[in-house]
Amino acid sequence: MSKKTAAIDIAEATRLEMYRSQYRLREAEQRAFDLFLQNLVKGTSHLSLGQEAIAAGFATAMQPGDLTFCTYRGHAHTLARGVSVEKVLGELMSRDNGLMRGKGGSMHLTSVEHGVMGSYAIIGAHLCIACGAAWRAQYQGKSDVTTCFFGDGTTNIGAFHEALNFAVIWKLPVVFVCENNLYMEYTPIKDVTAVAQPAADRASAYGLERILIDGNDADVVYQTAQKAYARARAGEGPSLIECLTYRHSGHSRADPAKYRPKGELEKWKESDPVKTYRARLLAQGIKASVLDEIERVVKAEVDAAEVACKASPLPPDEIMFTDVYADGGCAWRN
Amino acid sequence: MAELTYRDAVARAIAQEMERDPDVVLLGEDVAKAGGVFKATVGLYEKFGPKRVRDTPISEQAFMGAAMGAAMTGLKPVVDLMFADFAAVCWDFFANEFPKSRYMTNGQVKVPLVIRLANGSARFGAQHCQSVENWCMMIPGLKVVVPSSPVDVVGLLAASIRDPDPVIFLEHKSLYAVKGEVPDGEIVDTLGTAKILRPGKDATILALALMVPRALAAAERLKAESGIDCEVIDVRSLLPLDTRTILESLSRTGHLFTVEENPRLCGWGAEVVSIVADEAFYDLDGPPVRITTPHIPLPPAELEDLLIPSVDRIVETVRRTLTA
Ligand SMILES: Cc1ncc(C[n+]2csc(CCOP(=O)(O)OP(=O)(O)O)c2C)c(N)n1
Ligand SMILES: [Mg+2]
Repeated sequence: MSKKTAAIDIAEATRLEMYRSQYRLREAEQRAFDLFLQNLVKGTSHLSLGQEAIAAGFATAMQPGDLTFCTYRGHAHTLARGVSVEKVLGELMSRDNGLMRGKGGSMHLTSVEHGVMGSYAIIGAHLCIACGAAWRAQYQGKSDVTTCFFGDGTTNIGAFHEALNFAVIWKLPVVFVCENNLYMEYTPIKDVTAVAQPAADRASAYGLERILIDGNDADVVYQTAQKAYARARAGEGPSLIECLTYRHSGHSRADPAKYRPKGELEKWKESDPVKTYRARLLAQGIKASVLDEIERVVKAEVDAAEVACKASPLPPDEIMFTDVYADGGCAWRN
Repeated sequence: MAELTYRDAVARAIAQEMERDPDVVLLGEDVAKAGGVFKATVGLYEKFGPKRVRDTPISEQAFMGAAMGAAMTGLKPVVDLMFADFAAVCWDFFANEFPKSRYMTNGQVKVPLVIRLANGSARFGAQHCQSVENWCMMIPGLKVVVPSSPVDVVGLLAASIRDPDPVIFLEHKSLYAVKGEVPDGEIVDTLGTAKILRPGKDATILALALMVPRALAAAERLKAESGIDCEVIDVRSLLPLDTRTILESLSRTGHLFTVEENPRLCGWGAEVVSIVADEAFYDLDGPPVRITTPHIPLPPAELEDLLIPSVDRIVETVRRTLTA
């Protein structure tokens, strides 16, 4: 694993942006959890508290027009592309101000205008779909790159292997990012996988470089992303990147995560990406007041979002019968 | 006007649309240089080149997904799945991905693609000859088109490629060699329209794909042998379903028969009969009757012939019902 530390060669503005992004993802998801405790989030939700460096690092390295595909654990990736906290929380709360007016819910956050092409809840499918978005870029001679995020558990489904082979033989501008948080749902990934590193150790089967990085270090994530994007834009094909990380909460809101060995969470919290990144920036000479101000602005956005969502009504009933078909409706007969 | 086989009609429709729209692409196993396992895409690779006509590995999930991702972002893919039975290995895309994206994203994501499947009986047995139209029909968000003649293949496939929704296009394996007259020039039909192929006053017979020529032959025999005058409707499209044409016909004839190649349970005819029971009960002069394949896996070779609805079975069933 590459053990790079403080990457001073990243511009200060970029590092501040990555801190802002990570802090914002953290605050927004913690607020989502609070709203759940207030019984205002009635559907399921999957938090990625503890995994923020991956979403922030990749999104910061992306360019406008680049595309994101993520899983049901997609709040962070959606927010990181610039979608407002209000739209995300509104969607979790089934409110009319939600990103999809409540019709998709937490597991399907999508904002095409931000390049967030969807959050997918059937394991594996979106790796294949991401191949298609990348193929379209190649076909049209466009320079956008598609990034596809997924978990460690996803490396054991056939679609993962089909998509990797497909992306390599068609030399597609797609970057596959495995967020290895050590668990597929409740089962440790090592108990169900033939190799130690579920993504990195499979790269050679597809002729790809083995890339395994510290997913809790936004600088490392950012620099790895930049390399993969440069390769994709140069027409050199896909990359597969495994990021080591850990989720602080349970698999989904219903999961108290009792299956974790004692001390594991505490150990990982020592490398909490948001806290360690703040400490690093301070050590690099950034003034605390600058970071405090970033935090104040983020908190204000999250507070305002909560107020707006609580004030927003449920969507009108008609909305449930729209957009099944392209004519805007749901008619299946004349 | 040219005489064309059903298989050549497939290539003709795709060529017509590829010429018109540079975003139309074709992918699938052996579709390019080999011209397709059923030779339905012969000549397209030579005409449109390797960028637009692409062979895939045996990775049904990968190429279904790739087609979807391309469709979401601006292309109009046509996918060849080969045997319809293979839908089961990539069913996630049929059931969860293509049809749900537009809805779940409140209209942000569009999936304009066509999946071509070689459907139905052709003596290959239980895993290569299923009629899967009923699998597809039960999914909100899909369109399901089932042509029975070369001219309909051209017009309906062109319309499917132009359609902004995901279309499952079920070609019948046993019709590929059938010939029919196809007018010259561009042909674009309308999805969701049934066609009255033979007017009649005594009974309405609904059929799809391979069952259409059988229903027509049965109608001729019923007329000649028993003076029973049947109206034969080619349903052509299960989603959307042209209930208006069906109910209007029934209001004139008073008798309804469906001829379905699918195994019996949950066949499309069951849905039609349920609609009739709700909305046209008092138009009926007798019980609606479904003529289907039995609810068993389909055996191969000659045994298959004994189970798929035949002209004889249609004739006997209609005659027995109307003279009871
Ligand atoms: C095809 C499929 N099988 C099973 C599930 C149920 N499921 C939802 S999330 C999950 C665990 C996925 O683990 P991983 O890929 O590591 O992602 P993480 O949840 O850790 O982010 C499972 C098994 C599913 N959604 N889809
Ligand atoms: Mg995991």
